[in-house]
Amino acid sequence: MDFILQPWPWYVAGPLIALSMYLMFFFGKKFGVSSNLETVCAMGGAGKLVDFFKFDWRKNKWNLIFVVGLILGGFISSQWLTVNDNIALNPKTIQGLSEIGIYNAGETYLPNEIFSVETMLTGKGFLILIVAGILVGFGSRYAGGCTSGHGIVGLSSHSIESFIAVGGFFIGGLFMTWFILPHLF
Amino acid sequence: MKYIKFLLVGILFGIILSKAEVISWYRIYEMFKLQSFHMYGVIGSAVLIGIIIMYLFKNETLKTYQGNIIQVAPKKKGVYRNLIGGIIFGLGWALGGACPGPMYVLIGKGVIAILVVLFGAHIGAFLYHGIKHKLPH
Repeated sequence: MDFILQPWPWYVAGPLIALSMYLMFFFGKKFGVSSNLETVCAMGGAGKLVDFFKFDWRKNKWNLIFVVGLILGGFISSQWLTVNDNIALNPKTIQGLSEIGIYNAGETYLPNEIFSVETMLTGKGFLILIVAGILVGFGSRYAGGCTSGHGIVGLSSHSIESFIAVGGFFIGGLFMTWFILPHLF
Repeated sequence: MKYIKFLLVGILFGIILSKAEVISWYRIYEMFKLQSFHMYGVIGSAVLIGIIIMYLFKNETLKTYQGNIIQVAPKKKGVYRNLIGGIIFGLGWALGGACPGPMYVLIGKGVIAILVVLFGAHIGAFLYHGIKHKLPH
């Protein structure tokens, strides 16, 4: 039981992620999270403004149920399967973060400088959160997939499109981390 | 009832992402700072096992529960869409420390602020389809 309560190492998590992907195909569907963004837009009536969203969102109900499962999984995990919220970081990472204005790194899953409710209620804090979301939503639908669809499924099936997309993920991610994040906090 | 299996796979995937700390902003940050192997190990080993699974789909060893052949739909072709879309996604991934899956998991963890990020992601998806006819693909 103690093994479950400790953070899971990469060599346990990676194969289990592949298993999750397999199960979705086994049940006759596909493995991809970001298409739910479109389904929810269609559900909310976005078809009145943009024709693309006129599709029948009900055909994607299985995927909405899947992300409801993700929410429940997050709840179950944080309630009963996690003993403490520490993230064991490289001391160099902690030091580097304090130099760019993010303190107490690793004491919780997420930095308060971005995710605390107080930060969210400031103009700058809200802007960071909403812009991060817009970039993820816009980019994943432009590229036609996110870390699950392009990263896991696409790379596994040697899709050249996914190699390009994941290359893009890293260009964008490296640029943000090295050149933009240091000036934000 | 026919949907319960997707709920269960979702719960499993949510627990994995949570327990492997993939939902942590710090894990994404250290990955892009090249200061930890963890995320590379997670994604790399998932892809390695994934390659074997795809091979078994192709030679029809693994089928759906109804006995149908599994075919993975190809991604849309085009360098611009994948590269530019990918870069935009990467900027957001590193800023918010969360790709779409972890956003849902973090709701379950009780992180209120992630709702703003998820709301933004819907705006982003909406905007893309609103202006996509003007974009290179």
